[in-house]
Amino acid sequence: MAVTDTGRMDAGAKRPSRLFKNMTAKIAAIPMIATALVVFIGCTAWTIYHSFTRSRLLPAPDKWTGLQNYDRLWSENRWLVSIENLAIFGSCSLVLSLVIGFILAALLDRKIRFENTIRTIILYPFALSFVVTGLVWQWLLNPDLGLQNVVRSWGWETFTFDPLNNADIVIYGILIAGIWQGSGFVMVLMLAGMRGIDEDVWKASRVEGIPTWKTYIFIVIPMMRPVFVTALVIISAGIIKVYDLVVAQTSGGPGIASEVPAKYVIDKMFGSQNLGLGFAASTMMLLSVLVVLIPWAYLEFGGKKER
Amino acid sequence: MTDATVNALSGPKGPKPKKVFSSTNIIIYGTLFVVCMYYLLPLYVMIVTSLKGMPEIRLGNIFSPPVEVTYEPWVKAWAEACTGINCDGLSRGFWNSVWILIPSVFLSIAIASVNGYALANWKFKGSEVFFTILIFGAFIPYQVMIYPIVILLRESGDGITSFIRIFNSDAETFRLMGSLWGLVIVHTIFGMPILTLLFRNYFTSVPEELFKAARVDGAGFWGIYFRIMLPMSLPIFVVAMILQVTGIWNDFLFGVIYTKPDTYPMTVQLNNIVNSVQGIKEYNVNMAATLLTGLVPLVIYFASGKLFVRGIAAGAVKG
Repeated sequence: MAVTDTGRMDAGAKRPSRLFKNMTAKIAAIPMIATALVVFIGCTAWTIYHSFTRSRLLPAPDKWTGLQNYDRLWSENRWLVSIENLAIFGSCSLVLSLVIGFILAALLDRKIRFENTIRTIILYPFALSFVVTGLVWQWLLNPDLGLQNVVRSWGWETFTFDPLNNADIVIYGILIAGIWQGSGFVMVLMLAGMRGIDEDVWKASRVEGIPTWKTYIFIVIPMMRPVFVTALVIISAGIIKVYDLVVAQTSGGPGIASEVPAKYVIDKMFGSQNLGLGFAASTMMLLSVLVVLIPWAYLEFGGKKER
Repeated sequence: MTDATVNALSGPKGPKPKKVFSSTNIIIYGTLFVVCMYYLLPLYVMIVTSLKGMPEIRLGNIFSPPVEVTYEPWVKAWAEACTGINCDGLSRGFWNSVWILIPSVFLSIAIASVNGYALANWKFKGSEVFFTILIFGAFIPYQVMIYPIVILLRESGDGITSFIRIFNSDAETFRLMGSLWGLVIVHTIFGMPILTLLFRNYFTSVPEELFKAARVDGAGFWGIYFRIMLPMSLPIFVVAMILQVTGIWNDFLFGVIYTKPDTYPMTVQLNNIVNSVQGIKEYNVNMAATLLTGLVPLVIYFASGKLFVRGIAAGAVKG
C-alpha cells in the first residue's frame, strides 16, 4: 500500500504537541484506533495464543499444550488435502488470472471498437458474489444435465467432464469458476497499467520495427512490474481467503476432495467444536499471508527509503 | 479501402487509416468475441434455466432457450422456497440483507471518511502508525479474527444489557451476537481499511489552501469536514458506496457466522436453499433464486459503469 506521503504540514503539527492539541481529531479517530489495536492486533494475538492451548468447546487460556495442536493439524488427512487443494488452486489461478488478465488487457489496449462494452462484459462476474458464482458453475458442471450432457448430445458420446463428481479433478471445477469471477478484475488492473505506459515507448518500438507481441513481452511487461506485483499480492491474499466459492459449489465434496484451509478453520471452530485445531489452522493461514506480505512490504517500503 | 485511396491522394493528413479487415483485427475481434461468449454464458444459462419448467430441463440441454416461458420459478424462489422449516422464500433474506446493508454502508462510510479526513488534514502523533496497522490488517485472513470477535460481540452485548438495566430493570436482553447490529459492526470494522485508504488519498489531494483558509476563518474539525470536505468529495462518497454495497451484499462468511437463521442475509439463505439435501432439486427455482441474489450488485454494476471500476481500482492501485 504505497500510500504516498505528500509531506503536508498540518495545522496541529506546527504547535507544540500536547495531549489536548488536536483533541477532536483524536476523538474522531477512536474507531480507527480501536479497530487497529483491539481487532487487528488484539484478536490476532488472542487467536495465536489460544492455538497453543487445549481449547475444545470453549477457549481454555490456562491449559497450555505447546505445539500439540499443530502436530495434530499436520497429521490430519483433511488438513493435508486442504493444503494440497489450496496449492493447486492457488498456483493455477495465480498464473492463469495473470496470463488471461494480461492478454485480455493487451487485446483491449489495441485501440479497438466497443472497448467499453467488452470490458463491461468481462468484468461483470466480479460484481457477483462467490456464492452466486459457485452455484451457477455447479449447475453448468452438473454431470447429468450440464455441459457434459450438452456435448454428448452433440454426438460426442464419450465426452467426460464431470469435475463435481470426480474427486481427482474437482478442484479444477472450482478453478474454472474462480477464473471466471476474478480474471476481469486482473484485466482492469493490467489495462490501467498499460494505459500508464508512455506512447513514446510504442512509437520507438514501431520505428525499430519490433513486432507488437515482442514489444509486449520484452518492453511492456518489464515496465509493468509494479502492477504485476500489486496484482500478485491482491490475488494471493484473495486465494487464501477462498471459502464461499467452495461452500456454494461443492460443500467441500465429493468427500473431502475440495476442502480448503479457510473452510477447515470455520468447520473446526463452529462445526466440530475443536477450537484449538481451528486456531492452529488459522494461524497457519496467517503465516502463509505473511510469507507473501513481508517480502512485498520490504521491497515496497525498503526501496522507498533508498531513493 | 476507398477511404485509404482518397487519403493517399489528398496528401498525408492525420494518422494512417487502419484497414478494418486486417488479419490482426480478425484475430483480436475473434478472440474477444469468444472470450465474451465465455463470460456471458453463465448469465445466459441462468436466465434461460430460470424460465423453463422442470420437465423441459430434464429433457433438453441447458443452452436451449425455453420453449414455454414460465415465471413460476421466480415466484417460487421469491416467496415459497424452503430453508429448513421456513418456507417463505428468498424474500426474507432479501429484506434482511437490505436492513443489514443500509446501516452498514452508512456507518462504515461515516467512520472511514472521518478517519481519512483526520489522517489527511489533522495528523496527530501516532496517526500514521494506526493507519499502517489498519492497512496491514486488511491482509489478515478473516478466519484469524473471527472467533475473538464472536466473544467481543457477546460480551459487549451483555455489557450493554446490564447498562440498560441500570435504568430499566426489566429491559430485554440486548444482543449484538446473532443480531443485525453485530453484523453491521463487523462490516464497519472490515470495511474500514480500504475505505480509510480511499478517503485519505482523496482528502490529501484537496488543495491545502482551502483547508488553511477555513482554519483562518475559525472553522474547526467538524466545521471543515461538513462545510468543505463533504460537499467537495461527493464523487468519492459515491465510489465508496458502490464498493460497500456490492461488498456487503455479496458477503457470505460474516453472515453465516454472526447471524442466526432468521436474520441470515440473502447470500446465506440462497446457499441454504440451493444446497439443501431434502426434496427434489428444482434447478429452475435455484437459478431464479441465484439470479435474484445477483441482481442487486449487477444493477449497481451496470448502472454505475466507470465508477465501479474506479471503486475496485481504488482498493487495488495505490494512491
